[in-house]
Amino acid sequence: MKEILYRNLRLKLIAITLAVSIGPLILLGMAIYYQFGNLYKDRIEDQIRTLARSQSNAVDVFLRERTTILAMIVETQPFETLSKQDNLARLFTQINQRADDLGLVDIGVIDKHGYQLAYSGPYNLKGLNYYQQPWFDEVLRRGKFISNVFMGFRQVPHVIIAVKGITGNDPWILRATIDSEVFNRMVRNAQVGTTGDAFIVNREGVFQTTPRFDGVILGNSGIQTQRFGEDSTVIAKRDETGDTRYIGGVWLKNREWMLVISQIAGQEHGWMSNARNTEIMIIAIGCLVIVIAIVMISNTLVRHLEQTDREINELNSQLMQQDKLAALGKMAAGIAHEINNPLAVIGEKAGWMEDLLDEEEFQNSENYKEFFSSITKIQEHVDRARKITHNMLGFARRMEPHLDDVDVNRVLDQTIDILSNHARINDIEILKHFTDHLPVIANDQSQLQQIFMNLINNAIDAIGNNGTIDISTQLEKDHITVSVHDNGPGIPEAIQKKIFDPFFTTKMNGKGTGLGLSISYTIIEKLGGHITLESHEGEGTTFVVHLPLVLPEKK
Amino acid sequence: MQPFRILVVDDETDFLETIVNRLNRRKLDARGAASGEAAIDILKQELYDVVLLDIKMPGGMDGIETLREIKRIQPRVEVILLTGHASVETSIEGMKQGAFDYLLKPMKFDELLTKMAQAFEKKTPTTKRSVTPRSRN
Repeated sequence: MKEILYRNLRLKLIAITLAVSIGPLILLGMAIYYQFGNLYKDRIEDQIRTLARSQSNAVDVFLRERTTILAMIVETQPFETLSKQDNLARLFTQINQRADDLGLVDIGVIDKHGYQLAYSGPYNLKGLNYYQQPWFDEVLRRGKFISNVFMGFRQVPHVIIAVKGITGNDPWILRATIDSEVFNRMVRNAQVGTTGDAFIVNREGVFQTTPRFDGVILGNSGIQTQRFGEDSTVIAKRDETGDTRYIGGVWLKNREWMLVISQIAGQEHGWMSNARNTEIMIIAIGCLVIVIAIVMISNTLVRHLEQTDREINELNSQLMQQDKLAALGKMAAGIAHEINNPLAVIGEKAGWMEDLLDEEEFQNSENYKEFFSSITKIQEHVDRARKITHNMLGFARRMEPHLDDVDVNRVLDQTIDILSNHARINDIEILKHFTDHLPVIANDQSQLQQIFMNLINNAIDAIGNNGTIDISTQLEKDHITVSVHDNGPGIPEAIQKKIFDPFFTTKMNGKGTGLGLSISYTIIEKLGGHITLESHEGEGTTFVVHLPLVLPEKK
Repeated sequence: MQPFRILVVDDETDFLETIVNRLNRRKLDARGAASGEAAIDILKQELYDVVLLDIKMPGGMDGIETLREIKRIQPRVEVILLTGHASVETSIEGMKQGAFDYLLKPMKFDELLTKMAQAFEKKTPTTKRSVTPRSRN
């Protein structure tokens, strides 16, 4: 019953302290992680945006430069000159020589009917008619044109830059192509880390460069470009592995192309997850330490409480025992008094009859002997009753202890002397194992003698016949112990608890009052000591008297 | 045993009469008084050697009071206290007031005789010198 109570208390203690210590810790951890995640996300987005902007700028500048060069040629060279195959070829060579990495694959001049009059480049495209091509109209209409990446006649992905020139009233077109590999090279710089990707798509989401992962040039990227705003935009997309992919897009080439940078800020992989794992580990270790500490503290606390409870209980039971003894003492005294007076009358009347029997007339009576023996019996039993009532009065005695200078060994010697005859008759040997030079203590000599007498008498009665009683004294830290050990039959555990109760006796009817031990108990308690009992059936009994080591005041 | 004068004071008349009878039978000059007041009255008239006084008497003067009064009237008389009661304190108090000894009821008659003889012996050597208080009464 009590155990369950303590266990519940301990569980409650642990639960509450755990909740109030680990709860905030975990909340704090989550808050930090969340804040940290936001910061990290901002940083990544910033990084992507910057990267996308600079890369798209580079591509834009590249295209604008090429367009400007073509425009310059158109403005400065007359149509008649350029439309000659030799002239064009020379010019193309000159341009390529002057400027490294111009990236132009070929160049051609197309008249207003769509015929390519002159061509310089690796393919044999001279004389082809571009009239039907969609960009042809566009150039004539807008003056210049840059195409998407397409395969064209040559079946290689490329981009066309075309600029319109006018001679007289007739328009003509200077057209150059750029290998899309140039763009691949440019965006490759922005493919950061092991998971970053960078590529260009057109308005419809078709790859204009070869992406690093998943896709081919001119394949569909699945990117819906209308989701991106005017300026640079970053969107976050969770993929199936639990990672978050940040995709940033920046328009270029008059919002026809979009440079896309994608990067994984992993929940599962990468830097963020490392940070999270570290944090979880720190919190877990913290929690573990807290749990261990709390469990240990709770255990100690509850154990302490349990012990205090036990001590209080013991104290209570001692107080109860004392109360019981006091109440019984009062009652015993009352009874003894009420019985003593009539007992005295009976005794005296019997004595008076005995006195009268001396007279001659009675001496001759035939029943004289009967009278005499009856009177003697009455006196015997009055005497017996007297012993009982006097014992009861002794039990009830409430005298202040009178402190003498007591040499415990000497008191024991005296007591043993008194009882030695009684012991010898019953073939009982009394052994003494005294500690020499015990300090003289302040105690009540006569009451101590009474107690020792009780204990030794009990031991003799317990043995009955033929045995040994071992009496020893010992000096402990703050008390002197006197042990009286007998090798009698021992006291059954069931009645050990009752042994100090008044009127409890195991002796034959009329032989004991059941007061000896309870008187001893009361006296010793009053003298500041206590009596303990150790007994095992069949091995004998040891009573130990603990006397406080109080030294007499110096006189 | 040298005969001497004894006054027995007890409110239990059965006890009182029997004790007086038994003492008289042993050639002692004993007389009974059933209360403290009666005892005082008698002691004012006659001299006694030993008084046997029951310490606990209901009503009237209690034992200690009677003892004090007895000692006032006859300082030389030896008083043996009788008690059937647990109040050893009262007995001790009685001893302090000058009683010779105390006995717990019921006592053995022989014991009583011995105590009285001792009390008388204690008194005797001084009796001869104590002429003055006697004559004063």
